[in-house]
Amino acid sequence: MNLDFSQIVPYIPFILEGIWVTLQFVIISIIFGFILGTALALCKISKMKALNWFGDAYTSIFRGTPLILQLMIIYFAIPQLTGYDISPFLSAILAFGLNSSAYVSEIIRAGIQAVDKGQTEAAQALGVPYRLMMKDIILPQALKNILPALMNEFITLTKESAIVSTIGYLDLMRRAQVVGADIYRNFEPLIFVGVIYWLLVMVLTIIGKVVERRLKFSD
Amino acid sequence: MIKVENLYKQFGDNEVLKGITTNINSGEVVSIIGPSGSGKSTFLRCINLLEVPTKGTISIDGQSITDKNTNILKVRQQIGMVFQHFNLFPHLNVLDNLTYAPIKVKGETRQVAEEKARNLLAKVGLTEKEKAFPSNLSGGQKQRVAIARALAMEPNLMLFDEPTSALDPEMVKEVLNVMKDLAKSGMTMAIVTHEMGFAREVADRVLFLDGGVLLEDASPADFFSNPKTARAKDFLEKVL
Repeated sequence: MNLDFSQIVPYIPFILEGIWVTLQFVIISIIFGFILGTALALCKISKMKALNWFGDAYTSIFRGTPLILQLMIIYFAIPQLTGYDISPFLSAILAFGLNSSAYVSEIIRAGIQAVDKGQTEAAQALGVPYRLMMKDIILPQALKNILPALMNEFITLTKESAIVSTIGYLDLMRRAQVVGADIYRNFEPLIFVGVIYWLLVMVLTIIGKVVERRLKFSD
Repeated sequence: MIKVENLYKQFGDNEVLKGITTNINSGEVVSIIGPSGSGKSTFLRCINLLEVPTKGTISIDGQSITDKNTNILKVRQQIGMVFQHFNLFPHLNVLDNLTYAPIKVKGETRQVAEEKARNLLAKVGLTEKEKAFPSNLSGGQKQRVAIARALAMEPNLMLFDEPTSALDPEMVKEVLNVMKDLAKSGMTMAIVTHEMGFAREVADRVLFLDGGVLLEDASPADFFSNPKTARAKDFLEKVL
């Protein structure tokens, strides 16, 4: 066995910096994807056919093509088209946010439709406008039910974020590759970032459980 | 106060209301009864436009609400509705259930809304439950909260859609008592119900619907002792 973790010790600060780099665009992508996903879900349940169509078409495109392809198109192909030199950071946020919103919109749509119809009727009977009804009555109840599914999506996004290493963005994954190339040993740096990814996901899992418990009080 | 003229409602091929014409006067308590599938709930739900009529007009205080230009939200704010399954907001406590619409829709301050809400909770006998969540209430308590929630908007008219049908038998009375008090206070009420005793005792008028047609419109005394149509006779024989 040729294993020597002491070899990566000088590189540990360099790798650890990648945690923040990864988290930075993962957090922004999650928020962006969540907001856009909510808007798409509202399109899908709208009474306007054009909005339904848009929501479905959007989901079909972003769920129907590989994420890495979407990332490459945004990073490599858009500059060719527009001349705008897009940064890896912005490309990553766009690709992950747009992609995630397609999945999130399906989760939220299902959540909204699972809320008892009587809730809508009660709000309508009180004269509550649609926007307020969605924001204060329907979405809070929907979110409670779909929290596990949403958490799943956020965890997936966190792990899949490693794909940005392919456009040279210095995230955790890319840093492991850089270190591997530097010391001609791949096992140690890859295992090291593997553990970090796992820890990040564990933290997310715990946050999810805490939030879930907090929301349980009204049951 | 409410004038219903030639009201039709169709769900797909199924014609549920077939030309209902009637009116409800201010301060009147009207019971709407009939076999299931007779269209009584649909009729009630048309009055606050939870169902949009296919044909016909409804006007409140001379103002048409079936007109396309009517602000439905404004109409609904004046009409309270109580549902069979309560439909309380499960993520809000009792007090917030009562104050939500007055604050968010009518723009009342929290202080004013809460004071009114507490008065209403006292009226329905649930003062000590203001911080409770709906899931911790019994069916009867839920329905009393639901009535208080509707009253918090200070409506001119209250609609009740089978308010006691989902309750355990021992809880029916507490809800009916609240409704009786409300009737005594002069509230205009339209009640779809299977509680014949209540209809006979509290209602000023009984509307009997069958197959989407208004077959009888009479005082409870007349209707229960002396129904005019064979259909109503048949119905009363089965339920009384």
